[in-house]
This record gives sequence, structure tokens and C-alpha cells, in this order.
Amino acid sequence: MEAFEYARPASSREAVKMLASGNAEVLAGGSDLLQRMKDSVSTPGRLVSLRDARDLRGIEYSPAKGLRIGAMVTLEELAAQPDAHRHYRAVAQAAEKAASPQIRHVGTVGGNLCQRPRCWYYRNGFGLLAMQDGNSLIPNGENQYHAILGNSGPAYFVSPSNLAPALIAFDAKVRLLSASGSREIPLADLYVTPHSESDSEFSLKPGEIVAEVLVPPSEGSSAFYEVRQKANFDWPLATAAVALRMNGHTVKSARVVMGQVAPVPWRSPEAEQALAGKTIGADVADNAGKAAVEKATPLSRNAYKVTLARVAVKRAVLRAGVMEVA
Amino acid sequence: MTTTSASRREITFVVNGQPETVRVYPMERLLDVLRQNLKLTGTKEGCGEGECGACSVFIDGVLALSCLIPVAQAEGATITTIEGVVADPRFRALPEAFLEGGAAQCGICTPGMIMAAVHLLEKNPQPAMNEIREGLAGNLCRCTGYLQIMEAVAESARRSASA
Repeated sequence: MEAFEYARPASSREAVKMLASGNAEVLAGGSDLLQRMKDSVSTPGRLVSLRDARDLRGIEYSPAKGLRIGAMVTLEELAAQPDAHRHYRAVAQAAEKAASPQIRHVGTVGGNLCQRPRCWYYRNGFGLLAMQDGNSLIPNGENQYHAILGNSGPAYFVSPSNLAPALIAFDAKVRLLSASGSREIPLADLYVTPHSESDSEFSLKPGEIVAEVLVPPSEGSSAFYEVRQKANFDWPLATAAVALRMNGHTVKSARVVMGQVAPVPWRSPEAEQALAGKTIGADVADNAGKAAVEKATPLSRNAYKVTLARVAVKRAVLRAGVMEVA
Repeated sequence: MTTTSASRREITFVVNGQPETVRVYPMERLLDVLRQNLKLTGTKEGCGEGECGACSVFIDGVLALSCLIPVAQAEGATITTIEGVVADPRFRALPEAFLEGGAAQCGICTPGMIMAAVHLLEKNPQPAMNEIREGLAGNLCRCTGYLQIMEAVAESARRSASA
């Protein structure tokens, strides 16, 4: 590793001051960052630990305001939160399925939302877009885990956060903090598709951090479904989060957001349309899955992911449609 | 408080009930500090990437991977390693069940498996097989095929119930 400074400020306000200058990175749980530093994929000049920033911890729920999740809340804390299970089931399911018990104890909500892509070109030093002589190596390369939607180029990696699609299905917002103040944006707008190697996949300004996640009140039913190669502790190949607002037995409106299929969490208006006004059943769920991947454009080696994404949406719809499934 | 990685500094924590002060670089892995500075070599390095669980320790009561924890993040923490667990009479049944059940072959994964099993049994003293699977999901074994390990955890739970 390169030499760098390490700082452990006592509050988020102090932390963002330290992030304002120089080549600084924020250290939350460290599970992703430490790996990137060991592989020299990231070489920050200064690390700012949020461990002592108490104001970034805590989960609070109220029926009027919804759920507020501090960025330093661990995945395990979120997975164990009874209100998250009761009112935002897809979010709790995504948290309890993430990684392994050891990593859930240390990994944070902010870190999960802001982790860098798992793309093996990126992790092996080819850059986020893996450009060589003006072309990306990915479309004709080892692209079996890459994007099937939103992949017209030059970005082909997939957004790795498994919490993001579930939170976006509830129209969550994030409060961002920097030395110059704080602002709230829809979580969906945190993610952007880079167009050049110097672009980021986040809309964060330099020195800005995610301070908290704000999820509006929800009365509907929801579910999250992951397709993985292994039953436990594996990066998902495709995920789907579905949140339904019901009118009796009929879907009033639906949110369908897929993960691991595009450079950003991928909302599917086509699937949402296929659910609106319907009663949830096998055919309706199947149609929603088909609609979700209608516009998929698989690369040379990842056509199988189209099927997996379709099935993820179908099963998430079925789970969300049955209120009392554990 | 700001330090640079080019300089060592003193970090204090409690390991297996013992207060310890080490002079280390802040981003050294907790794993290396435990093994090299404190000679607690029961904690193993398997993959060094957070995949295998061999380096599992308890930090402030929470099961975590010491290969992914910069030592500076453990400042002031209470740490328990496999050495602390096997010295604790409450957990005696677990290593015994591993030995008797052939749940260890090369032995690299065993300390981490036992740490994960302790964590599981503390939360859930009589886990079902699928709960044992989930509890050990973050721990890889390349020898046994897992069946003996899961059976050893189940056996340990049975013995604790009848003790």
C-alpha cells in the first residue's frame, strides 16, 4: 500500500472538513476499501474513519415520517430492526441476505450503497470502463457478470449494492453531507452511468458523504429476491425488489427495481405497468418478469442473465403479493 | 486525531481479557497484529479477502473478519480470539465435538468455524440444521465437505442442552 494519513474525527461535521481537501477517502466498515487499497485499485492520500461519528448511527421509525437509517448502521442492525421487517420487508430481506454474518456485522448501510463495482476488469486495474485504444475490452471479453440493460456503452459494469434497489422501490432519499452543507436527493439519483474513465458512478461531489437514508412511510407489501450461484454468501447474479400499493386485491401501483443488471439500480416502468390494476397471480408475475427484460441487450457471454433477471422479478412479485410469507 | 501510515503509533485494546498496547501502523490488519505482535497464531489467514472466515474474531462481542479490519479501527475495543474461546469453560463442548466428529482435517478453517459456531450458539442455543448452515455461511472448508462440521455444531448444542 501507498503511504497515507489516517484520521478518526469525533463527528460527521469534522469528518467532512477533513474530506474537503486532498485525495481523501471515507472509511466506514472498510470491507471494500481495504481490498481496493491492498490491490492498489484505490490509493487515497488520506483516510477519514467515521467510526466515532455517533451522529451517523441509529435507526428510527415513526408512522408519520417513515424510516431514518444512519449511514454507519451495520447491515446486521438493519436486518434485525423490527420496523424494517414490518413496513419495508424488501429492505430487511436485502440486508439479511448480504454477504456473510461476519461482513454484515461490520459492513454499513452507507458502505453498501457506495461500494465500488465488482467488475473484474476494474478490480484488476483496467479502470471502471476497461478502455484500451478507445474501446472497452468488455463487450467482446469476459462479460459473463456484466450488464444486460443500460449497457449501450462505454459502461458495462453492474451496480453492486443489494440494498439500493430495495430502498429505491420505496422512493428512499439520501441526505448528503459536505463541508459546505447538506442536501437531500432521491437515492436513485445517487447513481449515474459514467461516460468516460474520469467520471464517477456516483453523483456525490468531491468530499461529500452519504449521512443518512430516509425512507418515506409505506403501507404496501414488498419483497426482494436474489438469484445466486451459491445458496449463501455469494454475489447475486440478478436481484429484484418489488413494492406494491394495493387497493383490496388489486395492485394500485407498483415499483420494480432490479439489481446487478445495469450500471445503476434499474427501475422497470415496463414491469410496473404490467402489474398496475392486476390481481397478483402466476400469470401476472410472469408477465411482469417478461416486461422487465423486454429491452435487455445481453453481451457475448451473459444472455443467461436475462432469464435470471426475469425470474427474479417474477418471484419477487409473487412474494410481495402474498402478505404473510415469512 | 490524524496520523500517517508512514509512522507507527501506540494502540491499546483488550485481547482475551488482557489489556494490550502495540506499536503498529494504523492500517495494519488486525489479523497480522494478533498473530505477529501478540503471537496469537490460532487466528488463521485463509484468503485475506473476506471470503473464507478463517480469521474470524469477536470485536466488542461482534463476529468480524480480522483480515478486513485496520488495527486502528479496533482501538479501545474488546477482542476475543480462538485462544480466549477455548480457554472459556462455557464453550468446552464445541472443540470437543469437532475433535470427536472428525470436523477438522487440515485445521486452517477450524478456529474460524468455532468462532462462528460460538456466535451462532450464543444467539440460538438449539439451532436447526438450516440455521447452522446460515450461521457458518461465511466460513469455507476445503477438506471436510462441511457435513462433519455442521454435525459437530449440532452435537455440541445437544450436549449443552443435556448438561
